[in-house]
Amino acid sequence: MSEDTSKLGIGTDEWVAQHEKRLQRRSGALGIVDLLNQRVSNKVRYSALGVAAIVFGLFVHNLYLLRIASNLGVFLMMTLGINIVMGFAGLLDLGFVAFYGFGAYAYALTSSSQLNQHWPTYLSVPAIVIATAFLGYLVSLPSRRLFGDYLAIVTLFFGQIFIQLVLSSDSITFPGHTDSTDITGGSNGIPGLDPFKLFGRAFKSTSDYYWLLLIVITLLLIAVVRVNRTRVGRAWRTVREDPLASQSMGIKVNNLKTLAFVVGAAIAGLAGAIFAGIQSAVFINGFDIPLLTLIYAAVILGGSGSIPGSIIGAFVMSVLPEILRVQNYSEFLFLAVLVITIGVIGKNWKKLAINIVSLIAIGYFVKALFSLSHMTTTPTKTWAIAPVSKALQYWLVLPANRIVWGNMAFIALVALVAYYSIAHEKIKPWLLPIIAYIAIFVWEDRLVADASTTRQLIIGAMLVVMMIVRPQGFLGKTRVEVL
Amino acid sequence: MTPLLTLEEVDTYYGAIHILQKVSLHVNEGELVCLLGGNACGKSTTLKTALGMVSPKVGKITFAGEDVTKKNTSHRVKMGIAVVPENRRLFGPMTVLENLKIGAYVRGEADPVDLERVFELFPKLKDRQSQLAGTLSGGEQQMVAVGRALMSRPRLLLMDEPSMGLSPRLVEQSFEMIAGLHAQGISMLVVEQNANMALSVADRGYVLQTGRIVLEGAAGDLAGHDELRRAYLGR
Repeated sequence: MSEDTSKLGIGTDEWVAQHEKRLQRRSGALGIVDLLNQRVSNKVRYSALGVAAIVFGLFVHNLYLLRIASNLGVFLMMTLGINIVMGFAGLLDLGFVAFYGFGAYAYALTSSSQLNQHWPTYLSVPAIVIATAFLGYLVSLPSRRLFGDYLAIVTLFFGQIFIQLVLSSDSITFPGHTDSTDITGGSNGIPGLDPFKLFGRAFKSTSDYYWLLLIVITLLLIAVVRVNRTRVGRAWRTVREDPLASQSMGIKVNNLKTLAFVVGAAIAGLAGAIFAGIQSAVFINGFDIPLLTLIYAAVILGGSGSIPGSIIGAFVMSVLPEILRVQNYSEFLFLAVLVITIGVIGKNWKKLAINIVSLIAIGYFVKALFSLSHMTTTPTKTWAIAPVSKALQYWLVLPANRIVWGNMAFIALVALVAYYSIAHEKIKPWLLPIIAYIAIFVWEDRLVADASTTRQLIIGAMLVVMMIVRPQGFLGKTRVEVL
Repeated sequence: MTPLLTLEEVDTYYGAIHILQKVSLHVNEGELVCLLGGNACGKSTTLKTALGMVSPKVGKITFAGEDVTKKNTSHRVKMGIAVVPENRRLFGPMTVLENLKIGAYVRGEADPVDLERVFELFPKLKDRQSQLAGTLSGGEQQMVAVGRALMSRPRLLLMDEPSMGLSPRLVEQSFEMIAGLHAQGISMLVVEQNANMALSVADRGYVLQTGRIVLEGAAGDLAGHDELRRAYLGR
């Protein structure tokens, strides 16, 4: 019997006293992330984020960057909204983007020549928020008795109905009229919207919207964080965990579900109106399934139910595709992610070093093999544009027929990764540098050439890896089963 | 004595299946009544009917003199009925403190006085208030479930199988706790399969069999009832 256990009396309760000790500590790179994660309080994190956002707004005047930042802001509003509906109340609402689209179209119709309505922003935006909230209420009514998959199907149809309605509302003949009226512009959308007019100024630049979004998001964050701590926030979580038990506590489950729907819809409606203002045009294809998947991916990636998680998820899902557009950035990002992945899997520094050394060795070995077999390689001039590629060309094999080799290597990569997940623990360390090498090979020889496809692939792969390594999302709480 | 809760000739259906058949029972103020019976005889359904989670097709339910047959669960909890559900049904990923606060939901924000009272009753929970409820042991989860129910200051406590899934010693402790709460004047309706234990602390008891009440009487009489002993007490 060890020193520790011998001191314990039988039947005494040491659970709380030993709590710290029994917390499993991770070693290596993940351990540091974990530790930082625990040390820093949420207040510090939010403040740092706010300061960064203000500094960005003050010193960055690059229109492209401001555009990305504003899109991130709108996206963040959406993830915060869906985090209430799905993260807090546990409702799988797949019609969420329809509320966003409704807000955008409502702004377009009240602030353009389409219907010759030019409402002041002080009137149109609050009206839109209220109208979207009411729409959310209407959608929640048939969904009151539904949960999970069933609710998802109903709301998915709602989203599709919205799209069809907008698409077909470009030629509506009202009773008593012979000619048709174009309301939504159909697939052509509505261009030429009025800019927002708030605080005595017309919003001419993206920068104006950036500051507006910063204010709105700050208020929204304060509200969401507060609500999460009140009895309504707690009650939402009980509805998510166990609706029946929740009901037996006297909680009106259906009303809370409706409330979550309404609040989520109102936030989405506001986000839609601001988005329409930034774009100064609306098109229906921006409010379809692709956006929905991105928003859900953001919330799931960050950790459903976690507010900081939603922020991180929004960041990754909205900024990452932009970074991946530029080859040079994407190269750096790819290599960084690769090293981090090896580090995370390797679990400690020593293994990480071994893995990287063997990875480098494999590279030279394969290069030597290729030159022995006298296979032709691509002239490096045409290939190496980005600095990273220039550095890599002395190490990586670049076959003449890169597309074919790349495709084959890609299939091999997927197969190896799949095998890795079921491989014996003894084989895994050997497999890791090989997989990493093939990944770099595929990336440099094939994927970089197809930036648009690659982006999707990367995001998909990221989600798959996340769900395997950390199913609860980056900052999500581990689910605890009560039996 | 005035009855606190009464069920009068209640018929409950699940779809087409007739569960409770003309069930009548009452719990007086300050009384501990147990509801005995084997599996699938309608014990839990009786509790759910009393709580308003299931509505009866025929019959009348009154609480504290008011007809609550058509009232929803939230209304009844507000009036003073609280439940310790079968299998405790804690909210696992939420902390002990949050679970307790949820019990006070119908009263608004939780009253610190009520919290203190629960911690006095179960000092262990005070140390564990920031721990996730799902990580507690069975006995501790039982404490949280009872504490959560007490947070709404109930006049009547419904308990669904408090002995389920607990070790023999914890079952004993559990019933000591029930007797203790009873001694404090809380009225209780306890559904139990462990007839011996239940009758040892109860004032009165009912026996349910396939949706009908087949026996009722003082706990002492029931404990001595030959037929019941053969059927449920194994002697």
